Parts: sequence; structure tokens; C-alpha cells
Amino acid sequence: MKTNYTLFFVFILTAFVAVSLTGYREVTKEVAKQNEDIFNKRAILKAVESNLVEADEVDDLEDAEVLEVFNKMESRVLDMEGEEVSDVVAAKIEMKKERKKPEDEQNLPLFIYDNGSEKFYILSVFGKGLWDDIWGYIALKEDLNTVAGAAFDHKAETPGLGAEIKDNPAFSKAFEGTEIFKDGEFVSINVYKAAKDRKHEVDGISGATITCVGVSDMLYDGIENYLPYLEKIKSK
Amino acid sequence: MAETATEKKVREPLFGPKERKLLTDPLNDNNPITVQVLGVCSALAVTSLVYPSIVMAISVVFVITFANLFTSLLRNLIPNEVRMIVQLVIIAFLVTMVELTLQYLNYPVYKQLSVYIGLIITNCIVMGRLEAFAMGSKPWKSILDGLGNGIGYGIILVVVAFFRELFGKGSLFAGSPIELKIIGNTSDYMINTTESVLFGWYTNNNLMVLPVAAMFIIGVYIWIQRTRNKKLVDIS
Repeated sequence: MKTNYTLFFVFILTAFVAVSLTGYREVTKEVAKQNEDIFNKRAILKAVESNLVEADEVDDLEDAEVLEVFNKMESRVLDMEGEEVSDVVAAKIEMKKERKKPEDEQNLPLFIYDNGSEKFYILSVFGKGLWDDIWGYIALKEDLNTVAGAAFDHKAETPGLGAEIKDNPAFSKAFEGTEIFKDGEFVSINVYKAAKDRKHEVDGISGATITCVGVSDMLYDGIENYLPYLEKIKSK
Repeated sequence: MAETATEKKVREPLFGPKERKLLTDPLNDNNPITVQVLGVCSALAVTSLVYPSIVMAISVVFVITFANLFTSLLRNLIPNEVRMIVQLVIIAFLVTMVELTLQYLNYPVYKQLSVYIGLIITNCIVMGRLEAFAMGSKPWKSILDGLGNGIGYGIILVVVAFFRELFGKGSLFAGSPIELKIIGNTSDYMINTTESVLFGWYTNNNLMVLPVAAMFIIGVYIWIQRTRNKKLVDIS
């Protein structure tokens, strides 16, 4: 009899917990999804922060304003050959999932921000840091060479060291004005201990060498994927 | 059998000295972190910034108070052989509620605390209070005990975070609407745009951002607490 009671008790308790949690989840799901969406879109806008006309800083924007700015933005999805793909929504692409697909099936999101006088092309990059994934957004000016801004994020880099790629605004600011082509050849931007060539190199963070190498690799591989498309708009 | 034992029911006061002791004991004499040394791992991990620490503290207060209440209400029904599992289900239920609520109310902070919200389940303070107190006490007392322990834990969290953020990043409440920059040329120490508030010569101490700093601060806290509170010295 005692076993029966135990089973009964556990069954009732788990049923109660399961039902109430599912109910609560259903109620909050919509808003939570929207919050996540806004969070991701803020991250994308961070790349063009210094050229934003709507506010000085992305954090100053209200949630509704973020969506508004984003709605005005053009977005495209590209495949690895630089062709536009029409049946995928750019904002819904998760780079991590794309990277797991076979190379010729991967899609790349591209966002185009127009501040009235200039257009900015925001590319999405994804790579590995020291501990886990790192990712970021790079904004290119209309010449498709000069970097207008960059924003990085990470999953588990060391606070104070590797995590500075996100926490230290000076790091991403150093990318502004750098160029990804050198004499017409793609060189990407190197994060380097003692950067000399300020057009193609950015000062690394001391104590975070592996994360910085990760950022360099991520930028090289990530931007390289966009090259076919960039060539295409350039030749137009 | 002439006399029937009439049980004299003494009404316990709602907030007598015993109850007050339940609430105030964990703040000092029996603090879960500095005296019982429980829940240290989360105290090391989430305390690099004040704002997430406050959110974490509130979450733990909520979880521990209600877990205590529910366990106490069910204490005579819970079959003894599965009591630990039942306690875990109750805690997990509440923690999931907190997680969903954070996603709903403040997504960026949810992202920042990431796994640590889920890890409240394994916080030894919560389970410890359920086993040691709520299983054998009335609901009202259990609530007070939960509140006391939760706040005792939260105070340490916020104190540690205060020093770590101030000396590690030069700011306070970063990430919240009232972000304050206090000392040093806070965010721009890599490029030379000194935007300092006080003590421009101060360079952020990276050690304070790392979890070890929390260990030192908790150590100093215990030291000060023991010099002021002789009771604690006699116990050990």
C-alpha cells in the first residue's frame, strides 16, 4: 500500500508541476520570443552604432524603435556562390546551425542600413574563441572595403580577458576605418599584438591571445564567404 | 478516566522573538555564505556586476522562500523515501518559473545570468534549508527562514559585486537603466580618449573581474565579521 501511495503522490505532484509550467510558458512565450528577437537585432545594429541617425547609442533605442529601424533596413540572404536566396528570412538565420550544414547549402544573412546619406552593408561572422563560440557583425561602407563598425559577442570567454571583445567598446571601435582589401587583394583584418599597419591590423588584447586569433580567423573566413556577392555588387 | 486531558493550545505569536531570530540569524550569526560556507560557487560566478547580482539575489530569495513554504505545507504528505526527489521537483519548478519570468521581463539579464539561474537548483542553501528546516517546521516559520537565508545570501552577493565592479570596471549598476561610471577612464582605456569621472589615473584591475577576486572579498568579509562578532570565533 505504501508503494502505491508514493507512486500516487509523485504522479500528482509531477502532473501539477508539468501542467502549471506549460501553462505559464504558453502565456509568456510570445513576449519572450519578441524579447529575444529585439536582443538579436540590437546586436546587429551595434555594428553601425557610430553611424546611427536614430540615436547616439543602440542602448538608447526603445524596443519599438529597434524594430522600426530594422523594418526600414533591407536584408538579403545569400548562398555561398553569392546568389540571392528568396525563401529564407535573413533575421532568422542562425549562424551556428548554418556552419554545421554542408558548405554549398549554407546561407549568409546580409543587412543593409541606410542612414539617409550612406549605405552600410552588415555582414555576419561566426567562429571559435578560446572556450566556445564567438560571433560578430561587421559593417562595410559603400565602397565595400572600409569598415564602418564592428560588434562582437561570445558565449564563454574569460571575463576581463577574452570577454573584452564585447565588454570593451574600444576594441570594436578600433576596427572603424580599417580596410579589408590591400591593393585589390583580400587580406581581412588581423588582430595583432603590436599592430603597425593600422589599415589592416587592430591591437589585440593582452592576455587574450587565443581569443584574438579566433577573431582574426573568424573575420577572414566570415568575410571571405561574402566575397562572391561583394564582387558582384561592385561590378554593377 | 475522569479527567480528560484538555490540550492547551498556546497560540504562537506571529512575529515574536523566535520568529525575528529566524529572520535575522542568517544575516549575520548564521550567514549561509560566510558562516555555513554554502552556495559559494554561484557567489563567485555571478558577482562581477552589481545589477545581475541583485537579480540573482531576488531570484534566490523567491525560490528559497516558496520552496520552504511548499515543502512545509506538504511535509506530512511527502513519502519519506522520495522526499529528496520531491524537494528537487519543487525547487526545479520554482527555478523554471524564475527563468521564464526573466525571459519575459528582462531578456538581456537572462542572457547574462545564463546557466546560473538554472543552477539555483543545485544551490546547496536551498536544498539545505528544505532538509534541515522546512521538513519539520510550520509554514509561517518556514517562510521566515527562507526569507532570512535568501536575504543573507543576497547581501553577500551584492557586497562582493559592489567591490568587484567598482575596482574591476570602474562602474556601478552597469547594464541597468542607471548605469554609473565612477572611477578611472572607464571603458576607453585602449584608445586614448580619457572620459574619466574620478581618479583618471586609475587603471581597471582585471583581477577583480575574475572569479578569484570574489574569493578574496568573501575572505576579507569573513575576517571583518569574525573580529566584530566574537560568537562566531568561539564556535570554530
